[in-house]
Amino acid sequence: MISTINTLPKAAGRSLAGFFRSPRAVPYLLLLPGIVVILSVVLVPLLVSFWTSFTSYNLTRPETLYNFVGLRNYQRLMGSAEFWWAFGRTFLFITITLNLELLLGLGLALLVNRITWGQRTLRTIMMFPMMFSPILVGFQFKYIFNDAIGLANNALFDLGLIDQSIPWLVDGTLANISIIAAEIWMSTSVFAILLLAGLMALPKEPIEAAKVDGCNAWQVFRHITLPFLMPFVFIAMTIRSLDVARAYDMIRIMTNGGPAGRTELLWTLMTRTGYQNSQMGMANAMGYVSIILSIVFTFYFYRKLTAARAFMGGAQ
Amino acid sequence: MIATQLETSWQRWLIRIAVFLAMLTLTVPGVWVVLTAFRPNIEVMARPAIWIPQDWTLDNFRRLFGFSSAQQGLPVARYFLNSLVISLTSTVVAVLIGMAGGYAFARYRFKGKATLFLAFMLSRTVPGVALSLPLFIIWARLGLIDTSVGLIIVYLAINIPFTIWLTDGFFRQIPVDLSEAAQIDGCTAWQAFWKVEFPLARSGLASAAIFAFLTSWNEYALASQLTRTTASKTMPVGLMDFTAQFTVDWTGMSAMAVLIIIPALVLTFIVQKHLIAGLTFGGVK
Repeated sequence: MISTINTLPKAAGRSLAGFFRSPRAVPYLLLLPGIVVILSVVLVPLLVSFWTSFTSYNLTRPETLYNFVGLRNYQRLMGSAEFWWAFGRTFLFITITLNLELLLGLGLALLVNRITWGQRTLRTIMMFPMMFSPILVGFQFKYIFNDAIGLANNALFDLGLIDQSIPWLVDGTLANISIIAAEIWMSTSVFAILLLAGLMALPKEPIEAAKVDGCNAWQVFRHITLPFLMPFVFIAMTIRSLDVARAYDMIRIMTNGGPAGRTELLWTLMTRTGYQNSQMGMANAMGYVSIILSIVFTFYFYRKLTAARAFMGGAQ
Repeated sequence: MIATQLETSWQRWLIRIAVFLAMLTLTVPGVWVVLTAFRPNIEVMARPAIWIPQDWTLDNFRRLFGFSSAQQGLPVARYFLNSLVISLTSTVVAVLIGMAGGYAFARYRFKGKATLFLAFMLSRTVPGVALSLPLFIIWARLGLIDTSVGLIIVYLAINIPFTIWLTDGFFRQIPVDLSEAAQIDGCTAWQAFWKVEFPLARSGLASAAIFAFLTSWNEYALASQLTRTTASKTMPVGLMDFTAQFTVDWTGMSAMAVLIIIPALVLTFIVQKHLIAGLTFGGVK
């Protein structure tokens, strides 16, 4: 690409063709394929779904794609208890899982960092859940939490802790706990591995100096280790909030929103409305809510990340 | 270190036990599924539970590939091939396109750079489920539903932003002087890239490729809506073939799960040090 630009010396004035032959165009040309793909696979569909969210589009009746209904879909959503439950549950689900994953990941990273022998092996084991497809994680925990043949109940039976099956995925509250457990199993490693990398990059001198000055372990952690780790925390948070929605795959196979809608999140409700009830207009309106939710979470942590980076830069 | 000297031996044992329990939690669910894949169905249903398989069998795998007369085989070989073709193609193309983009961000100053970078990253925040609705509508009109090409294009869009992010970080680690020196010595910009900068960025590109492959290989939300038949169904979508309304074929699903996890496992262990380097370098600097 670059060489073709150099062999075309007759860069003409201000015309578009002239621009594309000038060296100024090189970065744009390099980015062009990427831009084209993102435009056609993300932006155009987003515009289409934006339009359909203002129509009564029903999959079974294609002509309804042009039936403009204004804000009716959004109005209905705002008035729908089912939607608000799903929204609240999704928000809670994201908040609970991200925080628990951070705490557990931090704990695991600190523990593994203290172990000097076989650390590489431990790190390899920690990567294990990261390779699992979310749908596999879902299947795995559907199996483990099965009330008749699942590992969880089998273990509790054999340990003599219960004499009756616990209906993990059949009871509403337990089902929510089960999907949170599965989500935490799937994603804690992301935090643990990134924070461990941060701990290993931690400079030794300030810690030793602090200890000489009489700081206890907690003070060292609170005032030296933790501030240094913050950029890593926010990287992990940003990466995780980018793909929180992959929990959909897991929940789809584990409970698919059941029992009786008690684990219904925005994502499962959306696909049910869109594909099973064919109400594409309504589903796309929900889709927009979920997109905004994802962007808000990601943007929040991204801002924290840049702030933390600036802070680190200033400290150095 | 001072900390190690101060540590009493019971503290050290406490840490070891905690780490052991954590590792157990991370591995047992997966190991349990693998064990199930080699068990006959009766053992799964047995009460009290049989922990260690008494009767190892390959029947579940035979059934998947249709070698068993007892039950009709599922087209799993076909799903596997689809998954492989779709994941590999989209990975190679996404890495090429993403590398070009990452290089542009790392090496050039241009108008709208920050905005463009943010736009790429924002495009990645759109949840796959939400994107599947309009893509389904458009792909249906373009005749791309249930084709490998249709899915490959979608996976490109998912993988390009992350590849750009990673390669941008890696190219910025390589001093510009190297490429300039090569060009003074008579290389064209193109040669300088391929002969000097590309080899240095190789580990970064490897990690980008692994991430792209794993993302495509494991993706379900989009594939489940955009594929219909054996023509393009991938392994994760095929896994759902085992669940009927009220019954689940646990041993069959476990065998299929093993088939899905093996390529990902092998690949990740080969390049794991690149993976961690990729995540942290691309991010912090």
